[in-house]
Amino acid sequence: MAKETGIQSWKDLKFGILITTPGNAAELKTGDWRSMRPETDREKCTKCGQCYIFCPDMVYSKDAEGYFPQNYYYCKGCGICAKECPVDAITMIQEVD
Amino acid sequence: MGIASDALKNFKGFNLKNMPEVEPVSPGHRACQGCGEVLALRQAMKAIGTNAVVCSATGCMEIITSPYPQTAWRVPWIHVAFENAAAVASGAEAAYKSMNRKGIINQPDVTFIAYGGDGATADIGMQALSGALERGHNMIYFCFDNEAYMNTGIQRSSSTPFGASTTTSPAGKKSSGQSTWKKNMAEIAVAHGAPYVATATPAYPIDLMNKVKKASLVPGPAYIHIYSPCPTGWRCGIDEGIEVARLAVQTKVFPLYEVIDGEYHLSRKVAKPKPITDYFKPQRRFRHLTETEVKYIQDRVDAEYEKLIKKCVVEEKKKEKE
Amino acid sequence: MSKPIGIEVSIAVAEAVGLCDVDVVAAYPITPQTHIVEHLSELVADGHLNAEFVPVESEHSAMSACIGSSAAGARTFTSTCSQGYALMSELCYIASALRLPIVMAVANRALSAPINIWNDHADLMYARDTGWIQLISENGQEAVDLSVLAFRIGEDQRVAMPVQVNLDGFTMSHVVEPIEIPDKEEVMKFLPPFKPKYRLDPANPMTFGAVGMPDIYTEARVAQDEALKATKPIIQELFDDFAKQFGRQYKLIESYKTEDAETIIVMIGSMAQTAMSAVDAMRAKGKKVGIVRIRVFRPFPAAELFEAIKGAKNLVLLDRVTSFAGGEISGPVALEIKSVLYDKGIAPKTGNFLVGLGGRDVTEQNFEEMVDRVASAKNGDLPAYEFINVRE
Repeated sequence: MAKETGIQSWKDLKFGILITTPGNAAELKTGDWRSMRPETDREKCTKCGQCYIFCPDMVYSKDAEGYFPQNYYYCKGCGICAKECPVDAITMIQEVD
Repeated sequence: MGIASDALKNFKGFNLKNMPEVEPVSPGHRACQGCGEVLALRQAMKAIGTNAVVCSATGCMEIITSPYPQTAWRVPWIHVAFENAAAVASGAEAAYKSMNRKGIINQPDVTFIAYGGDGATADIGMQALSGALERGHNMIYFCFDNEAYMNTGIQRSSSTPFGASTTTSPAGKKSSGQSTWKKNMAEIAVAHGAPYVATATPAYPIDLMNKVKKASLVPGPAYIHIYSPCPTGWRCGIDEGIEVARLAVQTKVFPLYEVIDGEYHLSRKVAKPKPITDYFKPQRRFRHLTETEVKYIQDRVDAEYEKLIKKCVVEEKKKEKE
Repeated sequence: MSKPIGIEVSIAVAEAVGLCDVDVVAAYPITPQTHIVEHLSELVADGHLNAEFVPVESEHSAMSACIGSSAAGARTFTSTCSQGYALMSELCYIASALRLPIVMAVANRALSAPINIWNDHADLMYARDTGWIQLISENGQEAVDLSVLAFRIGEDQRVAMPVQVNLDGFTMSHVVEPIEIPDKEEVMKFLPPFKPKYRLDPANPMTFGAVGMPDIYTEARVAQDEALKATKPIIQELFDDFAKQFGRQYKLIESYKTEDAETIIVMIGSMAQTAMSAVDAMRAKGKKVGIVRIRVFRPFPAAELFEAIKGAKNLVLLDRVTSFAGGEISGPVALEIKSVLYDKGIAPKTGNFLVGLGGRDVTEQNFEEMVDRVASAKNGDLPAYEFINVRE
């Protein structure tokens, strides 16, 4: 808890609050921010990669079959992917809490 | 032949089937939902890769990626102040040049990047940028242009477009939003003689990534002006950022082009330009504009576009064959 | 061991920086620092110094480039003063907080307005709160030696802090003095290669300059404060090492004829040289006067200063700057000294004089007048401060 909220002893700080663990922001579950989530209909998906390249939060990555599944840990539910999908394969549905 | 054309002779770009996989910026950053600027940053860094040193100005991209104790940066990154990203990068580039030459290190291929928002570039950072371009450091400068000082609350910059309502150029009874035309930073970079200058937007990701890759191959300073949609500041839907950026290109508001050794190349011909009202429609920051104002803007956008076209070389697939 | 040669102090400082084999110099010209950066350019242009000389377009960019360079792991130097210092000042706080061992020579000059290019400590006092180590030289030899020491001190992994070497503008920078320029090999023996603990390196990515929210900012400041505190003994240790190798011993505080002094003049900078002649003359007349000069101003050596002045009945405290505080409190150096005395519970008679502003010379006669003024005044009669030599 202390590490996430930055509450540390001054003795633990490195020079000028240097951060030496690259990319540790990935610990934060920005997925908690959303109220809608994108769902992909694989029947319609043409594996074009638009959702992948248009996602500001790197939610999509290519799997072994060439599809782009979501990593919901990070998805903020902005809906860009659904809007940009050229074959309307992605729908935004209400997040069930 | 200039130094940029030389360097780009055998350039092989990315395409939809062949996109860079690396993610130098990690998820978990604190950008707003639908932030077009962090998307632009992500795409640009994917094209750069991990052998880079990044110098950031103060602004959205800095705040959202470096909340101590967390960082979204998987490459070395330094933030110093608001107006000096270009100067910090100049120092880092000079350091590596010197240390490599003296044999203190053996890292000759590192890419040096400086970036800032439109405020940090066109306003407070103009001087540092000008100095870096003039001195010819081997670096790339990205301006992530979301057309206002978004991080501090949507205040106007010299890159805010004419007529846009911001918190320091608000539309009111006696004012119609920004009263000056957007400063043309790409032209300023060209005037400095930078061998590679380009405009880009994340709505055209392959175009953006290829331009970034080209910039990294060209020796000397490169400048890329990246139109970055901000739903929060432009007051459009959080899913509409890419569409608005696409409309900016399709209405000629933000033409995509490159200037290679001073030669202009249009990246995307806008054969059937859409009317500017299409561009204004999704954005509440333009809602107050009168018909006269819209006409003025349309005329000026058309005129600026014509000026640009006149400078562009005719596309020469035919010429090459001759 | 080399022999002393007659050389302009600015040129000698540049030579010393060259001997330290800096990697990057990013500097902007401002009188009276210009000869330092000009000579460094020449050294690079003639191949005597293998460094990148970055002719930045302002002092703000000079310090910015220095930060980028030092963070990248290069030995970095710059120089400025006065308005240039004021312009880069926002970055000086950042350089020290990021713990970057940049070395900066400051050819102390007055601040505008009116614009004045001559010697004054306005820029030195401006820098007090920035977290830099401040070394103040009194003569050309010291300026050279402290320049070499500055790299050694700043780059020491126990320190890792930027260092200012102050020398009085024109009064020192532009005079020719007999100076022993150290041998290159000796300097290289004294100054090991710069091996930063952290640097901007794609092989080991780090984030410099993150956002410090309220829940961590205090701790960051405490950490920096503790670090600066810890440098005091290290600075003296390195002064001692320097003495062993080069034969010239420096201390945090210098005393001159203070053993039985009833009145001690406390000051910083080259006016101490004139003061020493004045003290010799006064001693010849039977006046028991001495001088204490502060060489290391930050970290402020309160303990050493107290030891040096505690025996005096009268203190003449000199400030070579105006700090507009409304007339009821003393100038900056005097305030710091009085704070030390107060904490120790002793209250000798003190007079604070603002002298030598904007390049006006402080003469031997001035020193005698100030000593007499304080010595003859009744307790409580002296104002918080006085200007001297004012045309009424």
